[in-house]
Amino acid sequence: MAEKRTPALLVEDNRYCPGCGHGIINRILAEVLEEMGLADEAVVSLAVGCGGLMMYSFGTDWIQAPHGRAAAVATGIKRVRPETCVIAYQGDGDALAIGFSETMYAAIRNENITTIIVNNGIYGMTGGQMAPTTLPGQKTATSPAGRDAETTGLPLDVIAFMKERKVGYLARGALHSAKEINKVKKYIRAAVENQQSGGGYALVEILSPCPTNWHMTPEAAMKHIEAEVEPRYPLGEFVKNGVKVNA
Amino acid sequence: MLSITCSGFGGQGVLTAGLLLANVSMEAGKKLTWVPSYGSEMRGGTASCHLRIDDNEILNPFYSRMDALIAMNEGAVESFADRIAEGGALIVNTSMVADRAFRKDVRVVRVAATELSQQLKNPRGANIIMLGAAVEATGLFPAEQFADGIDGYFQRKGKNNPLNRECFMQGVQAARKAREASWI
Amino acid sequence: MAMKLMKGNHALAEAAVRAGCRFFGGYPITPQTEILEYLSARLPEVGGVFLQAESELGGINMVYGAAAAGCRAMTSSSGPGFSLLQEGISYIASAELPAVFVDVQRYGSGLGDIFQAQSDYFTATRCGGHGDYKLLVYAPASVQESVDLTMLAFDKADEYRNPALLLSDASIAQMMEPVELPEMRDVNFDRPWAMRGKHGGPNKRVSSTMYYIEDFDAYIKAKYDAMIAREQRWESVRVEDADVVLVAYGVSARICKEAVALARERGMRLGLLRPISLWPFPVKGFESVNPDVRGYLAVELSALPRLRDDVLLATGQRVPTESFLGGMHIPEPSAIIEKAAELIAE
Repeated sequence: MAEKRTPALLVEDNRYCPGCGHGIINRILAEVLEEMGLADEAVVSLAVGCGGLMMYSFGTDWIQAPHGRAAAVATGIKRVRPETCVIAYQGDGDALAIGFSETMYAAIRNENITTIIVNNGIYGMTGGQMAPTTLPGQKTATSPAGRDAETTGLPLDVIAFMKERKVGYLARGALHSAKEINKVKKYIRAAVENQQSGGGYALVEILSPCPTNWHMTPEAAMKHIEAEVEPRYPLGEFVKNGVKVNA
Repeated sequence: MLSITCSGFGGQGVLTAGLLLANVSMEAGKKLTWVPSYGSEMRGGTASCHLRIDDNEILNPFYSRMDALIAMNEGAVESFADRIAEGGALIVNTSMVADRAFRKDVRVVRVAATELSQQLKNPRGANIIMLGAAVEATGLFPAEQFADGIDGYFQRKGKNNPLNRECFMQGVQAARKAREASWI
Repeated sequence: MAMKLMKGNHALAEAAVRAGCRFFGGYPITPQTEILEYLSARLPEVGGVFLQAESELGGINMVYGAAAAGCRAMTSSSGPGFSLLQEGISYIASAELPAVFVDVQRYGSGLGDIFQAQSDYFTATRCGGHGDYKLLVYAPASVQESVDLTMLAFDKADEYRNPALLLSDASIAQMMEPVELPEMRDVNFDRPWAMRGKHGGPNKRVSSTMYYIEDFDAYIKAKYDAMIAREQRWESVRVEDADVVLVAYGVSARICKEAVALARERGMRLGLLRPISLWPFPVKGFESVNPDVRGYLAVELSALPRLRDDVLLATGQRVPTESFLGGMHIPEPSAIIEKAAELIAE
């Protein structure tokens, strides 16, 4: 078996908390870009939040977008540099709360970019507040009695909104097992391939652990995804090559 | 410097009349400003534009007293007739404005422009008839020179209609008759 | 060259295209919508990109991306929409990217109304968004200047790698005047800092430059000081012997020009200092003013004094300095003369 080398695009050790899913996803993205020969063509539009820590360790061109606006920034780049491979890398609070409009409109325009949304159900950078994706009953720093769906709504499933639109590719993966991590890599690769073939908007949402703010061990956080999060957020590919997949 | 206002219902071509005046003046090397009615003034269906035309730089595009008013409808007379400078010209479309004694200290040209344009089979030319009267009444340009300018303008747009010149000259005639009748 | 009769908004938009602008992202709002409408047809003709965004937030962030990719990029808005642009403007300024914005001012805070005003002066000239930055701010007073200053704004934005703002207003935007348009420029967007993939070189990082520049505080202060030293622009009319100097920009300055001419006919020594750059404010323009000037009158279309504050700062409040506030109304030159006379009668 060949030795698993660290992708050259990961230029420094990452700055995420122990057990955080971002490190895994950064590595997968770096591997996909390198395997596809796109390391020199890629431009990443980076969210504000934990995802933004990627700036220290990810070796492509990148731009720091304002909070929530990564898809709009990515749009500006892609429209004037269609030959680049543009990735919007965002957390759930960034993409689905403050940036819901920008995120949705990139999909509505079927913008030829690839969006990665890391869904850990919480605002990590600011210390664990309720996010649009927080589960009902989940305790956070701003829902100390647990999220009340009556007054704050149900967890937001962005793919449910997007799959009714004309888009190129939609998939949701999770990080709680080696098998699922391999699928995430397959999805990200498909989402980048979709962009390279001019397929329009592509999104991969990834259910990811935040042991620090979930107040769990990394192992318990992975189990939590499988037991509690995944039932709320079905996994799989929902749109491929612009066609809805009947899962 | 000449300050001239064109006013009427939207659809009566008041902005176009102003544009024609502006374009022909520009082609003749004059300086000018064209300011459309705007904001609250624009509500209620009345449209206006306000022009200043001169050989020298136009300092202020706005004015409170005008040298001539092209009044396509009652609203135009109500809004602006009081603001015509003494000795200025009121060109009034008697097809749409009840004929009456207007101000005694201004020169009045009555022209049934809407009806006349229909008779001339150019129903959208009422504004050009009014413009003809205004050009002649103010002496801004010799009538034939301005008529050539109108032809040139529409030719450049690729849609010249010889009836436009005829409409313009009818307006000129109306002003000449008004002058002969001492503008009463 | 042949003159063309154009509206301020259309002339500004055409000038942007001729300055090499190839990206526009924006949102409709009166009285600047004609800029969008014009560019929606015009930019594709020259291989550029026009995008109608979902909001001003979307538009300004598209401009941020396009500018980072090296493209000459622009957005325009008015009043309420200009407020929404401020977040993105702060990011673009902090990343030291060139871009051009337009605020066609309309009256009022909140929703306000669509007619002309000059009330956004502070937002434009102080620092409308968060943090430490300034925009180069240019105020056209005619349709021709809407063209000339748009060309200048793109060039200066590039020269300083700092965004520039054209502060127009509803009347300059809606009026028509004959203009002379410049030749089309050819601008190379493959600048060394442009994001387009690293292609074997070091990766390019676009974020607040404070992360990468040593002694950033001193660096950024020096950058803006250089603009203050070199980029003041103004026009003065008969200020050398004036007893009262009017200070006005944009459409107000046009009215003041007539006021000066009228006052001089009447033997009253009135002058005008017209800032063309609102930031940097043309402090140097005051050097040629009559040393025995007896008062300054800032003439502005707002309900509260704005421009007056900069006159006070420029002159050190040596003589009476007041505002003539047009508010919602276009002032009469005679009313301005009257107020100026009162100022020195006191």
